[in-house]
Amino acid sequence: MASTIRVRATSSGDTTEVQALIQHPMDSGYVKDAKGELIPPHFIQELTFEYDGKAVFTADWGPAVSKDPYVKFAFKGGKKGDDLKISWVDNKGQSDTTTAKIQ
Amino acid sequence: MRTTQSGFPATRRLILQGAGMVALVGLGNLPFGLTPAFAANDKYPEDAFKAKSDADAIKSLYGKTAEPSDKVKLDAPEIAENGAVVPISVSSSLADVTSISILVADNPNALAASYKIPAGTLPSVANRLKMAKTTNVIAIVEAGGKLYSATKEVKVTVGGCGG
Repeated sequence: MASTIRVRATSSGDTTEVQALIQHPMDSGYVKDAKGELIPPHFIQELTFEYDGKAVFTADWGPAVSKDPYVKFAFKGGKKGDDLKISWVDNKGQSDTTTAKIQ
Repeated sequence: MRTTQSGFPATRRLILQGAGMVALVGLGNLPFGLTPAFAANDKYPEDAFKAKSDADAIKSLYGKTAEPSDKVKLDAPEIAENGAVVPISVSSSLADVTSISILVADNPNALAASYKIPAGTLPSVANRLKMAKTTNVIAIVEAGGKLYSATKEVKVTVGGCGG
């Protein structure tokens, strides 16, 4: 299966800007389906970005984060061609990991 | 055939085993009871995300209250046409920022997202959140062990949390 994570990491000067888009339903547990039954909560709880073996950014998310979440941040350092590792875990224990090259 | 010797030793062994189990279970429980206090910094803050009000969530997450500061910049639209996708970004000119959290006051659970900012990462984050109705969005920035906040009301024409 293709990765659920799409990342663009761009190095300019001494900082690297990271934008990530993840495919995930992010069901809050408050929304009903067509039959009027509640869709159980299903959302990403933790998202981590690692560079050079260290976490450069960690997100703790609740169900109020929009479907197919997007996040943007920047960190100092990071060279073109280096790897950035991204992983998430949701409330059902599902997870995904990918590695992106800094551009 | 040792097992057929007599019923008595077997029962005794069972009782001893049972006692051992109880002791092990008892020991096993102890660390669980203690973890939340110690691991609050790297574990997922379940309680804070379950808190209903913004004040409770902030208290659960940081254990203190925030003071409003103009050094916390909260970017959110005046009017969000679609409450399911509200672009919100937070940045700060404060030094030593260690975390940024975003809360939506009148959502069923106020805390929406909490970001850890290690040294070397810029104190700026953008994301998209769901909003149930018109309410205040609160940005919390933890810097140098203190909490600073910025608040902005966002009008929502179509809620993003109901059916």
